Amino acid sequence: MTLNKKSIGPFIALVLIFLLGVFVNEAFLSSGNLANILARSSFIGIVAIGATFVITAGGIDLSVGSMAAFISGCMIMLMNVLFQSINSIIIVICIAVLASITMGLLAGLINGLLTTKAKIEAFIVTLGTMGIYRSLVTFMADGGTLSLSFTINDVYSSVYYGDFLGIPYPVWVFLGLAVMAYILMNKTIFGRHLFAVGSSEKVSLYSAIDTEKIKILAFMIQGFCVSIATIIYVPRLGSASGQTGVLWELEAIAAVIIGGTALKGGYGRVWGTVAGALILTLIGNILNLTDMVSNYLNGAVQGLIIIAAVVIQQKNGEQVKS
Amino acid sequence: MTLGISVPAGLELIKAVQLHKSFGSISVLNGIDLTIKSGEVHAILGENGAGKSTLVKLLSGYENLSSGSISVQPLDSEDAGDLLKRFVWNQKTAEALNVILIHQEFNLIDELTVAENMFLGAERLRHFSVLGLRLLDRSGMDEIASKYLRILKSNIAPSDKVGSLSVAEKQLVEIAKALSKNPRVLILDEPTAVLTEQESRILFTRIKELRSDGVAVVFISHKLEEISALADCVTIIRDGNQVGCYKVSELSKDKMAKLMVGRELSKLFPSIPTPASKSDLAMSVSALEIEGNDSVSFELKKGEVLGFAGLVGSGRSALMEALVGLRRAKRKVVFIKGTKIFIKNLADARSNNITYLTKDRKGSGLFLEKTAAFNFSLFALKQFSHWFLDAKTELKAFLRALNLFDVRVKDLEAGVSRLSGGNQQKLLIAKMLETAPEIIIFDEPTRGIDIGTKGQIYRLLAELTQKGCAIIILSSDMNEIIGLSHRVAVMRGGQLAGILEGEDINNVEIMRYAAGLKKQHSKN
Repeated sequence: MTLNKKSIGPFIALVLIFLLGVFVNEAFLSSGNLANILARSSFIGIVAIGATFVITAGGIDLSVGSMAAFISGCMIMLMNVLFQSINSIIIVICIAVLASITMGLLAGLINGLLTTKAKIEAFIVTLGTMGIYRSLVTFMADGGTLSLSFTINDVYSSVYYGDFLGIPYPVWVFLGLAVMAYILMNKTIFGRHLFAVGSSEKVSLYSAIDTEKIKILAFMIQGFCVSIATIIYVPRLGSASGQTGVLWELEAIAAVIIGGTALKGGYGRVWGTVAGALILTLIGNILNLTDMVSNYLNGAVQGLIIIAAVVIQQKNGEQVKS
Repeated sequence: MTLGISVPAGLELIKAVQLHKSFGSISVLNGIDLTIKSGEVHAILGENGAGKSTLVKLLSGYENLSSGSISVQPLDSEDAGDLLKRFVWNQKTAEALNVILIHQEFNLIDELTVAENMFLGAERLRHFSVLGLRLLDRSGMDEIASKYLRILKSNIAPSDKVGSLSVAEKQLVEIAKALSKNPRVLILDEPTAVLTEQESRILFTRIKELRSDGVAVVFISHKLEEISALADCVTIIRDGNQVGCYKVSELSKDKMAKLMVGRELSKLFPSIPTPASKSDLAMSVSALEIEGNDSVSFELKKGEVLGFAGLVGSGRSALMEALVGLRRAKRKVVFIKGTKIFIKNLADARSNNITYLTKDRKGSGLFLEKTAAFNFSLFALKQFSHWFLDAKTELKAFLRALNLFDVRVKDLEAGVSRLSGGNQQKLLIAKMLETAPEIIIFDEPTRGIDIGTKGQIYRLLAELTQKGCAIIILSSDMNEIIGLSHRVAVMRGGQLAGILEGEDINNVEIMRYAAGLKKQHSKN
């Protein structure tokens, strides 16, 4: 991973906010709190890694939060039904996990096909699918909550609450995905084509790049990431409702932007996104631990950080040009 | 009905002396003298890139003079002695003196109606106001708009959205808009390029009416028959130099063509040995048909340079883009080494060792904000990848190519928008040749490039043919086509007008085919 003046910004911000946390409350550094921060940021982080691909390709995906809720609901219903005929809880969970991944990929494929083949703007397509998934999960839960059978959740919950070397499983998944995403984006032809398509579709066509395929794949990667986030999210509460995953799409986009990925496409930074997701979670956590600023102002502080991040990026951009 | 402002015929309205224009170090016009008289149609004739459009932009104040002077007759005077030198000459002062230019490209907004476009920036308001605001006088504007559209014998309604009009109708809207400004000098930059013959005829009738009302009309064209039919005098320019100003009645069309193109071929072009008649075929295109055009067929030998000449809009680029899969072809039958090949997209062309260098290097050739290295390797990425990209091999190839093609990049981290046109073009060549193609299609390889780099690119072409590559070159620069090609295919209106060989490859002959004075009958 190359660090230069342009891409180091989010990491400096992360360190500064971390130091602020240390300064504000000693409870901040407790291993329990740190593990909690990491585990919480992994949901948004994993979704945001997918968003990095879509945004780099010049698209946007607003449907991720609803998609996560819908997939959660489907997983829970599937497991509850399967458990009546299959005795092994592990097998039930495995089938649900496979189903989740399939659904995520399919949802991404649908978004991708609608943007490329039907030539509808990604913003409109995903605004539409966002509404559809949200309403489907509310319908499935009959306006209430879908709960996973306790027997299954007893086993499944270790996916969220368990740890390896003291670090929660979700964090390992987050890290693993980030490494894979980094390699995919920076060390493969696909990654290079992704930058190209986001930078200029026309030049990409004249460079023999299948722009439609690249965009569809970006949406499918996003769908895959959402399904992975869902797989580790479901055991956290063991339930899903119309409120599950609300505003995830905006938090994910915020993490991507804070991380230094250009919203207009053409340039993506996976590790920046990871830092962005951590920053967003850290802010919430620190506000919880201090009385200086009300926790209710969490959104305001996050908003300020997002705007500041973009201002700094633009300044950097100007310096490069002059 | 009277159009424009009535002025006695023969009065000098604009007198331009020694007009010079250069962009940076590139000189576009070198000393043009021009006198525009009322009641006269003055044609400006020249090849693509001769500087015609620049000349009319100077006359209408859209570009500043580098040197020279423009004198204009004041509005209220009919005395030849009042001709006044203009020290401030821009679009506004020109329009204030009723010197109106109709651009070659449209300046219309698709979302607005015809009337809204005609009065854009000069909207008419109602006489009363509502809460201190004067409202738009829509019906008044519609009325005036429809008056001028009627004059042009057009059924376009003032309330039509411009976006729904055909290209020719848009042109008519531009003309109606210009007429509504009461032109004293009306300048038209290639007005008939997009008009059908009938529409052109109506336009010419209007132009003749304007002339009899004393309006001076300046129009650019390279259609010789139009000039013969319409113009009183013609100024011919060649490479930014004035060849002369002639009375059209004293000039034959052939003479016009000769004056327009006649010049010596310089030493700029390397000699490229003609491939032996027995040489292997590199490619045989036995049918290539785009919707709306006849099928085109041609053959290409190894080591051969086949030029494609034609006027702007003759369909050369569209044909080649269809060949390499960048555009839909209705029918495409292509053989390489005797085997029929199928090219669905540019990637298929690449795997058949065919490459196409776009003429639009900024819009479709290069990612302007990306680095030279990113741009360079994109087309040939497979060569640098075994599962993962090999940054070392990639960098090595990049540095070798920079050296080989003499691409001068000062800042390797910066976007290529900062490179000069010549370096951008050489980078594009490096990018598209990295896959070692055998059939290379160059579309306008030297447009907007300094003469030194042109020479470099020509020598590169010669070297490629020595290696057995077959080259197709599309160019509006007649010199380039003649200097490099072994055979020249001339296109006109999407059709192949003829393929010239040997002695026939000269300016006059090519222009005859390009302008439609001559046509070969296809062999089959």
